[in-house]
Amino acid sequence: MSTLAHVFEAAGIATVALGSQKNQIKNTAPPRGLWCDFPLGRPLGVPGDPDFQHKVLEAAFELLQATGPVFEEYDVSIEDDPTEMVSCPLPPRHDPDAHPAVDEARGLRAAYDRAVEKYGLRVGANRTVDADHVIDAIEAFVRVAEGTPWKEAGIPGIPARVSQDIRGYYETAALALSDRTPAAYATTRWFLDQTETGKVIMDARQAMADAGVKQPIWFFMTPGDR
Amino acid sequence: MTDRALKAMTEDLETPDFEDPAFTLPVPLEQAKVAIVTSASLHHPDDADFEPTDTSYRVLHADRRDYILGHWSPNFDATGYAADYNTVFPIDRLDELAEAGIVGSVSQVHLAYAGNQYDLATIRMDTGPAGAKFLREQGVDVVLLTPV
Repeated sequence: MSTLAHVFEAAGIATVALGSQKNQIKNTAPPRGLWCDFPLGRPLGVPGDPDFQHKVLEAAFELLQATGPVFEEYDVSIEDDPTEMVSCPLPPRHDPDAHPAVDEARGLRAAYDRAVEKYGLRVGANRTVDADHVIDAIEAFVRVAEGTPWKEAGIPGIPARVSQDIRGYYETAALALSDRTPAAYATTRWFLDQTETGKVIMDARQAMADAGVKQPIWFFMTPGDR
Repeated sequence: MTDRALKAMTEDLETPDFEDPAFTLPVPLEQAKVAIVTSASLHHPDDADFEPTDTSYRVLHADRRDYILGHWSPNFDATGYAADYNTVFPIDRLDELAEAGIVGSVSQVHLAYAGNQYDLATIRMDTGPAGAKFLREQGVDVVLLTPV
């Protein structure tokens, strides 16, 4: 981000850079940098809150008054509450012959479709694996978790990308199941800690690590602090 | 899993030095044409998706709102963007500022790159300057840079 700021300034365009990581934006020193202590992925702070977003922009554009390089810290922080988890009802068991994760994912399809209808398809489940093939992808990870070598399990793409699409499918469905926009990472915690498919992904990742698979292949299947 | 833990994983990453950095004095904001440049790997559905090491850029059109989040990192929250694209790409907010006369105008084109890159040389020497040249040709005076 800051690299682009320097390049664009050299081309005669004035820039204002927002940054969520203090050390990164401070050390790369864009000509005008505003560090906002907001969760990663939310540089304007609060989704669905135009007033909040306008205040951030006002502080950012204020930096254009500076006559030399300037770094400022925004005076509002948004702390991530690591205990906050979105409260989403999970579908009851429907097909006792299906793996619980598969049964669950099928049950979430209607919620996923409602969220896409309301918000558009902006994240997840349509890049490596579309919603119609999420079940196939989950079944592949079930096989990995149960001991099948990952290359023989039928994962329909690079494991981290497929995993990200599955997570996106669930997190998109969660938007339709929650009565408000979830706090940052609340749906990720829900997916990884509460859902059957989240457990499958975690178990598959662990199985790959235990089998000696190269770390980059499995590590990025979940956030890095898992 | 916490935001603090995820940030701590990368806070000590080596950062590039920029000797004698440029500093462009802008025209007054109420006269400026403003564009957004984001490192969130946004793209339209009919554009090519980003690869993780992709140093090129995509053009985002202001008369559309079908921006797909294409960043491959698992280490950020995506639901804020899913619920409101302005959380990353505040195009509606810029339109409102232009309507209020606070900014001169909003560019009809904006740019997206893929952040989290290690090959900064290509961005510094090639695709970054190309994107800047493109925006200059559109008459852009001020760029707002947003990450994820």
